[in-house]
Amino acid sequence: MSAPSATASTSEPSFLVDQGPRHGLLAWLTTTDHKRIGLMYLAAMVTFFFTGATIGIFMRLVQLSSLSHMMTAQTYNALFTVHGVIMIFLFVIPGLPAVFGNFFLPLQIGARDVAFPRLNLASWYFFMAGAVLAVTSLFTGGGPPDTGWSFYAPFSIKTGTNVTLAVFAAFVLGFSSMLTGVNFITTIHRMRAPGMKWFRMPLFCWSLYATAWVQILATPVLAITLVLVILERLFGIGIFDPAKGGDPLLYQHLFWIYSHPAVYIMILPAMGAITEIIPTFARRTIFGYKAIAFSSMAIAGVGSLVWGHHMFTSGMSLTGDMIFSLLTMIVAVPSAIKVFNWTATLYKGSIDFQPPLLYALTFIFLFCIGGLTGVMQGALAVNQHVHDTYFIVGHFHYVMFGGTGIAFFAAFLYWFPKMFGKMYSRAWAYAAWFPIFIGFNMLYFTMLVLGLEGMPRRYYHHLPQFDTGHVVATVGSWILVSGLLILFGNFAYALFKGKKAGSNPWGGPTLEWTTASPPPKENFATIPTVTGPPYVFPVEPRP
Amino acid sequence: MGWMVEASTSARGADKVFLVSLGISVFFLVFITALMIYFVIRYSKKRHPKAENIEGNAWLEITWTVIPLLIFLSIFYYGWTNFDYTRNPPRDAMVVNVLGRQWAWSFQYPNGKVTSVLYAALGKPTRLDIRSADVIHGFFVPAFRLKMDAVPGHVNTTWFEPTRLGSYDIECTVICGVDHSYMLSKVVVVPVEEFKAWYFGGDDAPEPGKGLGAEKSSVAALSAGVAEAPVLALLRAKDCLMCHSVDGKPMVGPTLKGLYGSTETVVSGGKERAVKVDDAYLKVAIQAPEASIVKGYPPTMPPAALSPAELSQVLDYIKSLK
Ligand code: HEM
Ligand SMILES: [Cu+2]
Ligand SMILES: [Cu+2]
Repeated sequence: MSAPSATASTSEPSFLVDQGPRHGLLAWLTTTDHKRIGLMYLAAMVTFFFTGATIGIFMRLVQLSSLSHMMTAQTYNALFTVHGVIMIFLFVIPGLPAVFGNFFLPLQIGARDVAFPRLNLASWYFFMAGAVLAVTSLFTGGGPPDTGWSFYAPFSIKTGTNVTLAVFAAFVLGFSSMLTGVNFITTIHRMRAPGMKWFRMPLFCWSLYATAWVQILATPVLAITLVLVILERLFGIGIFDPAKGGDPLLYQHLFWIYSHPAVYIMILPAMGAITEIIPTFARRTIFGYKAIAFSSMAIAGVGSLVWGHHMFTSGMSLTGDMIFSLLTMIVAVPSAIKVFNWTATLYKGSIDFQPPLLYALTFIFLFCIGGLTGVMQGALAVNQHVHDTYFIVGHFHYVMFGGTGIAFFAAFLYWFPKMFGKMYSRAWAYAAWFPIFIGFNMLYFTMLVLGLEGMPRRYYHHLPQFDTGHVVATVGSWILVSGLLILFGNFAYALFKGKKAGSNPWGGPTLEWTTASPPPKENFATIPTVTGPPYVFPVEPRP
Repeated sequence: MGWMVEASTSARGADKVFLVSLGISVFFLVFITALMIYFVIRYSKKRHPKAENIEGNAWLEITWTVIPLLIFLSIFYYGWTNFDYTRNPPRDAMVVNVLGRQWAWSFQYPNGKVTSVLYAALGKPTRLDIRSADVIHGFFVPAFRLKMDAVPGHVNTTWFEPTRLGSYDIECTVICGVDHSYMLSKVVVVPVEEFKAWYFGGDDAPEPGKGLGAEKSSVAALSAGVAEAPVLALLRAKDCLMCHSVDGKPMVGPTLKGLYGSTETVVSGGKERAVKVDDAYLKVAIQAPEASIVKGYPPTMPPAALSPAELSQVLDYIKSLK
């Protein structure tokens, strides 16, 4: 056998090869291998992402005044709702934990699988069931919901569209999220390889850990809220109805108590992935390991107390406005700490500027714009102007797409050779960056400006003074999508025709790089023993 | 630039906070980006073949925790004071009751006058008590940097003091149904004397603000191009045109164009059936709309109160819309 850091035996077949009694699709659908489950999430999510993006493109077309009659207002309202629901519940919230968390958490802590492999498969089925329900809600009952993804009462109670089923879909998806959270927390507590102390864990695992706590603590609030919406719609219980002594603002509080922490569910694992990528390509250890680990926990903690910043114009009490604005400013600090530590990790490195690093640094840039616009709109006087305008739409696309979305791409570029044992074309990965970066900023920076000018969100029809801005944004959306197609076309090509990648093509320091690419079914021939911190350079070459 | 007009005292306050936070943000962004680019070039593996493993620095961590914290907290404080201002109307402000409903605004003044455009006197504070008749709406005047939701069961209060004559957009900012984006109006700021002449001038005092663009309000602009026949004025007065077009465009409700003589699928008592649109059908559809709903449309139409003479006028008009 080999040294502790090199435990893969070349003879073992990879996890991609069926080894059980079943074969083909059936083998995948009944698998409990965390890596296969990760890939099944990946397939589902890439599909959802492109569906959502296509809907986005159509919404942008409507904003070209000459094409505004291509659909009715009702259809437009359905489209932004469906776009939001898909992107939030089926892509960014589960995104990194479900795909890369599932695949790499056990590998990074030196385990053979997650703590509850069958529960893990059940989570995937919950996820798919939720997705199927969401799709069904579009074609049944009163037609696709038209309330926006936030389902604000009382409109969501009164509308004749199929809100009940869509909300039930989100409810089911919540279970997938909670079960994954429970699974990851247990895995991290119980399954770390010998010698892997808490502060020897890769920071991606820390970010998954912080995320998992938010998932299991906040998601039940969403579940309760959604059940209340369903009861209100079916039985008129009146909890959100002022005529019966209820209050519509109660809905908003309950909704954001989950949905604000949810934005941290989206961003924390993304930050974790970036934290893996930077040291690998800077060829040096991470700057401020503990600061990054603690800031993840701080974001998860303080982030649970800022939900009211979505309600500054709702007529909540002034004291509430003040406290929520204050806490919002405080939660920006741990994110800033991370940005500084990432930048400092480049200092005195020996930087190998490979595609994953390019996308990771792009993440930092776009996330900074998202975060800083967040601070701006956290200031009450500014919020009052920009709330519910395109400024918000621009802001959250910078965070969710420029942040989590780009981090998803960066993580995929980084781990693709490990997952499939193949290497994509680096030239095309660089080439895709230009249209993505240019298109992204044309689309969403313009939205920030439109919002300042007073363009409200969720508007089918816009006033003539906004024409120019909308044209620029729409053209940007075409450029952006062409970049996305190049990026994913490159991946698809590499899946079939890619050159073989070695077990550690980037020179990564963490445990997943010590096993074969793609890893064998059981991950490691012998469980490694960990003797030091995660990011140690130079990485010893293995046979 | 035209779009950044500041037309009230609150706008000035909000813009100051905006510019300060923008300045700080741009500084941070440029600083981080420049640093990243510099490091990537300076420490590329060609120029710097051997990396140094620097694990951290406690003083640096403290510095870049405390400095952003202090900066963010001062942005908070500045934002709070300018916001607090907009939530505390002066005692002498004129109180206007704002009512949002699907999909229009109306404004009621202390003397009982009700308008669909908000008139305000230059330099005088106006307090808005905002209510909703149905779902949540958002009352937004970009030129005042002012926004307040209309929430059923709540009365939300804000105020403004206009500093500039003119006519400014009002937009609904909370998704409230199919015609959310048509829920528009105007604030028309006029000189004090003109406002008084209208306010105290009884029912037939001419509306103030001619020449300020009020008459070209966005709402009216939407239906521009449609010749205003008397019967059309009737349809508008009865709010029919809020949901029905006369030019073939589907809105909340089906268009009236080409309706007569066509065959429609309606849902009544949970069953679908096809009906031919004739006088008898139209009478019921107008006066008891809940009885049968055209498939694909929401059951939201209220019965229209029309006299028999008006009803026959409307029927003739619908027949003429081929
Ligand atoms: C090609 C890519 C995309 C385009 C062209 C696009 C475009 C748009 C547009 C035009 C809107 C509606 C603005 C409005 O009417 O108020 C919107 C809303 C939204 N987008 Fe995207 N988007 C894209 C990708 C994404 C991604 C990747 C995410 C999340 C990860 C996302 C999340 C959302 C959400 C949550 C909303 C709000 C929906 C609502 O108002 O209920 N979008 N997007
Ligand atoms: Cu939030
Ligand atoms: Cu409205």
